[in-house]
Amino acid sequence: MQTPLHKVQGMGASHTGTGHFWYERVTAVALIPLTLWFAYAMLGLANASEVAAISFLARPLNVILMAAFMVITLYHVKLGLQVVIDDYVHGPGMKMFLLLLVRFAVIATGSTALFALLRIASL
Amino acid sequence: MAAPLSTSGPQKPDLTARPLSPHLTIYHWAPTMIASITHRATGIALSMGAMVLAWWLVSISNGPEGYQGFYALAGSPPGLVVLFGFTWALAFHFLQGIRHLVWDLGYGFKKETARMTALLVIGLSLLIAAAVFVFVWTGHAGYLS
Repeated sequence: MQTPLHKVQGMGASHTGTGHFWYERVTAVALIPLTLWFAYAMLGLANASEVAAISFLARPLNVILMAAFMVITLYHVKLGLQVVIDDYVHGPGMKMFLLLLVRFAVIATGSTALFALLRIASL
Repeated sequence: MAAPLSTSGPQKPDLTARPLSPHLTIYHWAPTMIASITHRATGIALSMGAMVLAWWLVSISNGPEGYQGFYALAGSPPGLVVLFGFTWALAFHFLQGIRHLVWDLGYGFKKETARMTALLVIGLSLLIAAAVFVFVWTGHAGYLS
């Protein structure tokens, strides 16, 4: 006789994960051109003066591309680190803690980067 | 087998002392294995890199003084080592990521193909990282300043 106990205990298949799989691929595809642009921007700003960096990042197109690169990268990071934690951490308390830590760190890093970009645009 | 000999009567054997099957020390390191675990390692490293990037943006927004501090740190010898590491990590993760996307489309699963593409990704990433550093060293960088 089967009871719903296994559902309460969290056993069995999760029936979720397609979203994670899909968004990891979507962010990866988006990051292909964005990374190439990022490499172009970084090489262009190597050894540059602060004025050059500020004037480069103050232009609207570059702000948008850098913001998009940061946000999409951080979403990709969140998805990727989630998989790593799922693979190696099994204690429920530590796993929950680490998953939340990743989520909060990604949000904090993203907010910081976006705030910095807005500040640069106003310089 | 693992029961310790003792004179204080029968004791339970230490079940945690049973032999484990060897893995990392025994299995032959194939290029595909190396590429796979390196993809994970570079992914983790690049997560820190994303935070360094946010820090870079903040230091620019702080104006010239904060900027100088960051650039002095980045230009120091350990800073350059870290930058080279991030450059290679990004190149590798980028190329291996494309290899993953090709697999998602259904191509490249034959054993020989997978082995060759793994070697290609490893070699190409080192080449790209070296090329980037030569590019900067010979003064071709900074074209946006």
